[in-house]
Parts: sequence; C-alpha cells; structure tokens
Amino acid sequence: MKVKVLCRNPDDYVRETTRDIQRVPRNYDPTIHPFEVSREYTRALNATKLERIFAKPFVASLDGHRDGINCLAKHAKTLSVVLSGACDGEVKIWNLSKRECMRTIQAHEGFVRGICSRFCGSSFFTVGDDKTVKQWNMEPPGRGLQEEPLNTILGKAVYTGIDHHQTEGTFATCGQTVDIWDEQRSSPIRSFSWGVDSFSCVRYNPVETELLASCASDRSIILYDMRESAPLKKIIMQLRSNTLCWNPMEAYNFTCSNEDYNLYTYDMRRLDVPVTVHMDHVSAVLDVDYSPTGKEFVSASFDKTIRIFPKNSGHSREVYHTKRMQHVICVKWSADNKYILSGSDEMNIRLWKANASEKLGLLTPREKAALNYNQKLRDKFQHHPQVRRIARHRHLPRDLFKQKRELREMKEARRRKAQNVRKHSKPGSVPLVTEKEKHVVSVVE
Amino acid sequence: MRRKGVKAVPATMAGGGNNEEELSPDDEHIISASEEEDGSDDESKHAKLLEAISSLGKRKRMKRTERSEASVQVSEFSVNADGTGEKVNLSDLLGTMDKTPGAPNKTKQQLKNLQNRKETLELPLSKQQTEKIQREVAYDKSSKEVSRWETVITQNQKAEQLVFPLRQDPTGPKRMEQVVAGWKAKTPLEKEIFSLLHSNNQPIHDPLLTPAEEASIKAMSLEEAKIRQAEFRKARVLQSYYEAKARRERKIKSKKYHKLQKKAKVKAFLKQFDEMMKTDPAGALEELKKMELSRMQERMSLKHQNSGKWAKSKAIMAKYDDAARKAMQEQLEMNKQLTQKLVVPSDDDDDEERNVEEADALPDFVNDPEPILDSVNPWMRGKLTQEHSEPEVTAVATETAVETKDEGQNGQREDEEEEENEEEKLLREFERKRKLRQDEDDDLVPVPQEEKQVIPVDVAEAEEVAGENVIQISDDEDKEEEEEEVVVSEFNSLFNRLMKSSSVPPVPEQTGAEEAELLDEGLVRVRTMDDLEALQQDVVMDTTQPAPASATPAPSMETTSEPPKKKKKKKGIDPNEVLTKEAKVIKMPLAPTVVEEEEEEVHAEQTAIIKEAFAGDDVISDFLKDKRKQEKAGQAEVVDLTLPGWGEWGGVGLKPSKRKRRKFRLKAPAPPLRKDQNLPDVIISEKRNSSVANHQVSQLPFPFQNSTQFESCVRFPVGQTWNTQTTFRKLTAPKVVTKMGAIIEPMSKEDLPPVKESSGAGSGATIVLGEKVEEETKKARRRNPLQKKKKKSRQ
Repeated sequence: MKVKVLCRNPDDYVRETTRDIQRVPRNYDPTIHPFEVSREYTRALNATKLERIFAKPFVASLDGHRDGINCLAKHAKTLSVVLSGACDGEVKIWNLSKRECMRTIQAHEGFVRGICSRFCGSSFFTVGDDKTVKQWNMEPPGRGLQEEPLNTILGKAVYTGIDHHQTEGTFATCGQTVDIWDEQRSSPIRSFSWGVDSFSCVRYNPVETELLASCASDRSIILYDMRESAPLKKIIMQLRSNTLCWNPMEAYNFTCSNEDYNLYTYDMRRLDVPVTVHMDHVSAVLDVDYSPTGKEFVSASFDKTIRIFPKNSGHSREVYHTKRMQHVICVKWSADNKYILSGSDEMNIRLWKANASEKLGLLTPREKAALNYNQKLRDKFQHHPQVRRIARHRHLPRDLFKQKRELREMKEARRRKAQNVRKHSKPGSVPLVTEKEKHVVSVVE
Repeated sequence: MRRKGVKAVPATMAGGGNNEEELSPDDEHIISASEEEDGSDDESKHAKLLEAISSLGKRKRMKRTERSEASVQVSEFSVNADGTGEKVNLSDLLGTMDKTPGAPNKTKQQLKNLQNRKETLELPLSKQQTEKIQREVAYDKSSKEVSRWETVITQNQKAEQLVFPLRQDPTGPKRMEQVVAGWKAKTPLEKEIFSLLHSNNQPIHDPLLTPAEEASIKAMSLEEAKIRQAEFRKARVLQSYYEAKARRERKIKSKKYHKLQKKAKVKAFLKQFDEMMKTDPAGALEELKKMELSRMQERMSLKHQNSGKWAKSKAIMAKYDDAARKAMQEQLEMNKQLTQKLVVPSDDDDDEERNVEEADALPDFVNDPEPILDSVNPWMRGKLTQEHSEPEVTAVATETAVETKDEGQNGQREDEEEEENEEEKLLREFERKRKLRQDEDDDLVPVPQEEKQVIPVDVAEAEEVAGENVIQISDDEDKEEEEEEVVVSEFNSLFNRLMKSSSVPPVPEQTGAEEAELLDEGLVRVRTMDDLEALQQDVVMDTTQPAPASATPAPSMETTSEPPKKKKKKKGIDPNEVLTKEAKVIKMPLAPTVVEEEEEEVHAEQTAIIKEAFAGDDVISDFLKDKRKQEKAGQAEVVDLTLPGWGEWGGVGLKPSKRKRRKFRLKAPAPPLRKDQNLPDVIISEKRNSSVANHQVSQLPFPFQNSTQFESCVRFPVGQTWNTQTTFRKLTAPKVVTKMGAIIEPMSKEDLPPVKESSGAGSGATIVLGEKVEEETKKARRRNPLQKKKKKSRQ
C-alpha cells in the first residue's frame, strides 16, 4: 500500500498573531501564471473603462451672487474658505465644506476687479472700479456692527488687479501702472510703467518672492523685480494675454492665458520662445491657475469650458463643462490639489474634482492598492489603441465640437497654404516657422 | 562779527566788487542788510539817521527784516543771500592760490594744466538708454538668481515619487526633552491624575524629592541632610535600576530563559522547604496547605486543559510539529501533576471524567497511556470518599515521605507493602470492571449504585472548593499563583516518583497500543476514500487487532473512546453534574492522506470510460485531415496558361505540345516552410488576425527608442499575481502623493540647496558648513560607542 501524504509547513499559512494579515500561500512560478501580458491588458482595459464610468467631476455649485463672478481667491491658511468678488461690487466668503456663504460684503461700486488674501490669512484686499484698494478683516464684525474695511486707499485711476506678497506685508496692484504698496502706507512704495496705459493682471512669483509679472493691454507681458527701480523685460505677443500664473514649484516658469485661444508656458530666462504652447480651447482663455504641485494647471475660457493641462503637454487631459455654465471668468485650484473652483458669468461658483474619477474620502489600504494598480496599468497600456480610445474619449457640446472641427480645418488650410507657398518660392526664401515661434512678436529689453 | 567775515571773504576774492557796503558810524548799532542796499537814497539816509538817533537811548533790539523788494534769493535766516546765485569759478579760487606761498608747486602745475584743457565731457546717455541698461543688468541678475532652482526642479522632475507637502515634520521618535517640554494635561483624565498627584504631594515634573522628604531634610542639620539626601538619591537610583532590570527581563521573549528562571526559583523554593521541614514544621504545613489550595484551584480551572486559544493553535500545529505536541503534552502533564493528590492514589471521579473528556477532545497521540494511579479512580471512590480530612493526611504523608527519603528505607518497606496491597486490590477490581464493560449486552447494576452514592458528596466538595477558590483568587495575584503551581507540580512529581518506585511499573504493551491507535486513525481516514475494497480489508484488520489489546484493559478503553461514554450514560452519570467546568472539545482537522492503491486498475477504468464516451468520433483522423487541408491551401498553385490551338493545330483529341505546356505552366515560388512542419499534433496558423490587430500598437510610442524596448516594458507584469507584495507595492507606487487636507505651500527658499559660492552669500554658506561639520562630528560620536561595543564583544 502506497500512502501519499500532503504535508505543508504551518509557517506558510499560520498567522503568528491575529493581527497579522491572513497568509495566503503563493507560488510565483511564471509557468503557473501564463498569459501575463494579455491578462494585464484586459485588466487595463477594464480599469480605463471603470475610470471613465466613475468620472463624475462636478461636486457642487455655490450660488448666491447677483451678478457674474469676476474674481476668486483662496484663503491662505484654510482649505475650506474661498472668497469671490462679483461684477456688482459684492464680495462673498464661502465655506466649502458646508457649501454655503458665510459673509457678504458690499465692497465696491462697480466691479470687484481683484481680490487676494493676505499671506497669513487674517485679512484680504479688494480692488474695484471705484478706484479704491480696500483691506478687510477675514473675521466677520461683531453683531450689529457694519462691515467696514480696515483700510481704504483712494487711487487716481482704476485698479484692475491685485496680488499679495508671499511672506511680507507688501502687495502689488495694476491699473495704469504696476504699483508696489506697503500695507502701512497710503502711497505706493514703487510704481513701474513702461509705455503702456493699462494692465490686466499682476502676479507675484510664489517662489522667488521678489519677482512679479504683469499682462498689459499692448499685448505684452512684463517682468519686474520689486527691488529694482525699473522693469526687467517685456515680451510682445501677437494677441493680448489676459492673465498669467507662476508655477509654484518651478521658480522660472509661468503660464499665460491668451486671447488667441492658447496658453503659453514661458521660461523667464528665455523669453523669445515659449516652452510649450497649450492648445485646445476654442475661444479666448480668460484665466489660468497652477495646481499646488506644479504638475498641472487649469484654464478657464470664454468657450464655457474648463480645461486641465499637464504643464508640459500641448493638449489638455480633461475638459469640464455643464449645460448651465456660461463664460468662465475665473478659476482656482485648491491648495490640497484635490479640487478646482470656477466662477462664471451666470453667477455661480462651481466646485470640481481635479481628478474626475477620484473617490473622495478615506480609502482603505486595499482600495488604495487597487487604485494604484489600476493607474499603473492604465499608464502601462496607454499606447494601445483600445485603451487610448476609451481613455481619451470626452463628451463636448455640439457647438463646441463644431467650432473645434472648424478650427482644425482652418489650421490645416493655413498649414497647407504655407507649404504650397514654400514649394513655389525660391528655396530658403520662405523659412519654416515652428508653432512656438509664431506667437512671439518681439522681446523688448 | 562772523557775518562780516563771511561777507568779507567773497569781497576780497572778487577783488572788492561790492562798493555799497557801508558800516554805520556807531559800532553798537546794527543795521540790517536790506537797509544797506538802498543806501544811495538821501532821504532814506536821513530817515535812517533820525531813527538811529531816536533809538540811541533805548535798549538794543534786533530788527526783523522786511521783504520790500522782489529778489531771487531770500535767506530764511534773515540774511540777504547776496551772491549766492553766482557761481564760484575755479579761476576765482586759483587767483589766491598763486599768492599763497604754502601751496606746493606740483599742485599749481596740475591746476594750470587743467585750466589749459579745452576738451569737453561726453553727453550723458539719454534716459531711455540708461533705463535699458539698468533693465538689462537687473534682468541678468534676477535670471541668474532664478537659475539656482534648476537643480531642485530637475531633481523633482526626475523623481520617481513626489510626496506633497514637501516640508513635512519628520515622523518617528522624538527626543524625550521635546516631548516633555511640550506636554500639558489636556484630557479630563490627565487632569484628574495630576490633581491626585498634587494632593498626594508626589513629585510631578522633576522627581527628585517629595515634599515630605524635603520637610524631613529641612528638619535635620546640614551634614545629616546631605547624607540623607545621598541616601534618598541612592535609593531612587537603585529602585530605578531594579525597575529597568525587571522591565528588561519581562521583555525577554526567550521561553527557554523563562523556563530556566522558573526552574531556578522552584529549586530555591524546594531547598527552602526542606529547611523549613527541619526547622519550622508548622510553616511547612502551611506551605503544604497552600499547595493543596492550588490543587483545588487547578481542578476548578481550565488552565491546563488544552482548551484555550493557545492550545487550539497548538492542536492545529501538533499534527506537523513535534514541538507543539510536546508543549501540549507538557501542559497536560502539568495539569496532572497539579491535580494529583499527594497521598496514596486516591483520585476523584472528576479527574477520571476529565480524562475521558480529554480523550475525546484531544488528538490521540497527546493522550499518553496514563499511569494506573489516575485512570483507576472511579473504582476507588468508595475508599477515597471515606477519608475526608485531606490536608492533614497529605501533610502527614509528605512528612513521612521526606523522612523515608532522608533517613533510609526502614519504614518505607512497610508502607510500600501496604500500598502494594491496595494496588493489587485496585487492579483486580479494575479488571473485573473492564471485563464487565466489554460484553456490551448487559448493564451493570451494582456500579451505578456505587456511583450514585458518591456523586452528591463530590458535588458538595466541589462547591466547597469553589468557594475557597473565589476567596483565594481575590487574595492572591496571578503571578504568585503560577509560581505556586509550578512549585506544587514539582512537589507532586517528586511524590509521584516516590510512589512509582513502590507502585506497579507501567505496562510495556501500552506503546504497542499507541501504534495500533495511529494505524486505526489511518484506517478511519481511508473510509473517506471511495476505494471500498481497501477499506474492507482495513476493517478486517481492525477487528483482528483489538483482540490482543483486550488483554490490557487501559489502552482499549482509550482507543474506543465512544463506547465507554455510552455506557456511562447508561450507568446514569451525567458528566455535567460531576465536572464543575466543561472542557472544550477541540476538533482536529484530519491530515489529508491519499492512498494510491491499484492505480493501474483505476487508470484502466478511466480509459475505458473515456473510450466509451468518445466512441463515435475519430478526433485524430479529423485533425490530420484538417492539417493536410491547411497545408494544401498554403501551397502555391500551378497556373496553366496554355491555350490549345494557339500556334498549333487544335481540335478534338489534340493536346498542346509538351514544350508549350512547359512554357506556359507557371509555377509560383515555394512558400516558406510551415512552422508546424515537424510538429505532427499541432496546427499553427500564420494568418494575420484582424480582431487582434485592433488591440495592437501600430506605431512606436514617443518615449521609446525601438520596438524591443517597448515590448520589454509591456512584457514585464506589474500585478500581484506575478509579483511579491513588496515588489508590487514598489511597482505601483503613484508618482504624486498628497496628504488629505494638507495645504501644499509653494516651494520656499529653505528648499534650495545651500550655495557653495564664497563671494555671494559668504556668511550663510559658512554657517551651513559649520552645521555640517557639527553633524559629522556627532555622527562620528555616535559611531564610536558602537565600535567600542563591538570591540567589547570581540573580547
């Protein structure tokens, strides 16, 4: 009689304590687990499908303004607080976790042109069409007291934008000139002008905190150093830039949103050619904001969409739109890299997820591992046509889609024409101009 | 008269250019400069004179200047700033230079040269140009400044994983001082504890001296106080040492260490006990009582009954693990030892019941054939219950035993003889019972009667014991109990050894019985197999085996554990009544054994079944046909282009000539060899599958240089199915990790690597270097003790 006994070492499957995870005996012999590529491919396909199924980016809408929203600002120290200024001069402070308005201030007569929080989050500044700069306390006044600004500065011209220094008590405004203010003084400590009569945006560099950049109405972007008496440099582009934003993790890179439907990322050390041209919008881009990780940025456009671009990619990875959202005027990326806020013409502030299919809230370790695995698989098989087809598919409203197609055709026609001209002229007389080179007219020193 | 002096200097330098200056005749009279200017007018002069005369007798006073005429320069100090508008020329100064003898000739020469020069300076740059230059300089400076970030940025771009926020507080253990300094009582519990400490005058922060100690020190003289303080300190230090030592020892996980420790303790205790026996018999008696108590407790508890979690786990392991088996046995033995009475074999029925239970519950190999001392009890009850003064008896017995051990074997023989007699009686009775049991047909009438007599007494006893037990537990601590148990068990074993020397030696056949047990198990497991014939054979073996075993009654009882139970029920003893607590039944998983017997037969049967199932279809020939067809389809066909009658005569019965046929029959080139040419049982299709093509990558994606690179990247699996947990985690680590609810601040200048330039930020760099040096020295210091330790260990 032959007796075969199946015997296992208890060490392989017996837990030492009940707190240990269950031991599952595994054999990693590749012959036992064949077809790894095809199996993983199927998993990747499923992962991409699931990702698309769960892509529901819209979180909430904050309504309460009585006019279009003109500017947004994040609280410097609290994630859940957002400030917004409307075209009727009203400023509202929102609590995002409760999704309600905490406070309403009639700050200006006419538009609130710019709003920014102080670096410590204790107060905020607004500028408006009534030629004033006002500083407000972040805390609401006591019961029965009027909303009064802490400080009011009367200026000679309209201010169109404001930004606060990252660590010091100075701020910059722009209007007819770019002014640097000390919080303690009622007149600017420095004002820059370089042959332009109006600016639309001024932004401090968050990393090299003494640098500034501004967009002017003469199609130029001007760089400043707060410590110098004169501006640094100016680029003139083919069309006007509306806003710009510095990369919070890369000191020398900034991105500007342009009227020619594109966004341009520049390296401030080499201004003659943009590092990247980001194309996808079908109308003027009105606002741009970087994610706090500096890996991506979000842009708001007149074409009623928000798009998310990787910082070094020419095309967007995501487009958000809803039926009711009109021209998006301002956009902000939340400081925890999870959400995007957009303020639009039709008086609503919308809260979006930065990653459309992300599951909100706490995740169990197993969930996390599964998500990471799925992400990895998607990355690994992203070049496969089926995966790519699913991953890249987005819905667009009909008119947008048409416009996009039209633009593509126009672009193709122009390219063809240039090609033909080159073909029929003396070799070398019509040089090949790359897309990047086309948009910069000149760099002025 | 400084004013005059000031005026005088330009006058002299200018060569007396101003003639209008007039001093009034009266020195005391002060005349203002403005009045002097219009000196030419006679009338006014006259008026002035009159005024001067009128003011002679009065006090002197300063007159305020009045601005009567428009002039460019008006001094605020009421001085006519005369000549301030005019520039002082170099020549004016040089005029005096010639006259002054002190000036050196060299400077005079230089001045002359300067004067002779006719060239003009260049025009300053226009405003636009200067601004441009300024801008350029500033831009260069700032772009250089910004370029410092390049290394950090490229590093971050290349990083496998970035964790945001970038600056996070270092996790892990902090230094003691940091933790203590920042700590305050926050929760109500902590506050309560603090208030208690305060009220009891315990030191809280720096435990040096309690207030009471301080007070006592204050009351003493200085020297005494010093001595006392030193004592206190020493005491504290010692205490802390002991505490640390105890903590360390408690943390030692080695079982062997603890075992040795326990043994040493027991030994010490035994020695002490021996001494006690000699010196203090009353104390020894008390100790014995304690042991008795612990025995009771053991009987009450399930501590060593193999019913706990540990025992269960061991029971699982026991199948495979010798050590586990041993541990279980040890525990059981401990139980036995603890529960054994110290007197002549006189166990209660409880124990017997328990043993039976154990036999059910535990794997059989654990249940060693017990010494007759234990297993005999049910038939001993009549005698045992008669003796009720147990502790005293035990005490006497132990004393006698020790005496016999010490003195010699004089009295021992007598005792032994007595015991032997008892044993014989027991044995006889035992055998009788067994025989009665084995014929299953008839129930015994007398036995239940006996037991019925016994039960109530026992239950009462158990209750008493339980009561005592409760009190005991409330008094003593667990640790002490354990120690006692150990001691008691040691004692019991000692006694047992003594007893065994006198009692009947264990029956040698028991080992054989054990083996039979194992075999038996195996046979039982065979029953689960479908192989009926084999089972039948085994059953036959079964029936044959018990016959010789029946000669020795004990093993047979254990092997067939179920029947006796039934009998007992018949006898009317409910184990629940007798046992104070129920021992848990542990179910053992059967070891998976497979008996492969007569494989060939099975195989033949299988093949027969398969044949029957697939009787109709000839798969092999079908396959071969298929393959041939495929091969044919793949072969190039010969195209015949001969046209009959072309260039020749045509008609019925005429064939084109051979030459022509050869010429116009076109043979396509032979296709490449089939891959399955040498594989007779395989068809490999080399056609392109369009459904698969949909899923394939047609172009080489961007970052890859060649197709092999891309393929290898895809081929390498990521999932858990192919990778171990750690590799899986590493492979699937996300590129960007953010912390929930944490604000990600932009990069700040602290993130910059320290600049090594000496010129620019000299002081900062040196400071950083200094810190580095310090760190290094610290590291070195940290390393040194380790090295020392190593050296020590080597020594």
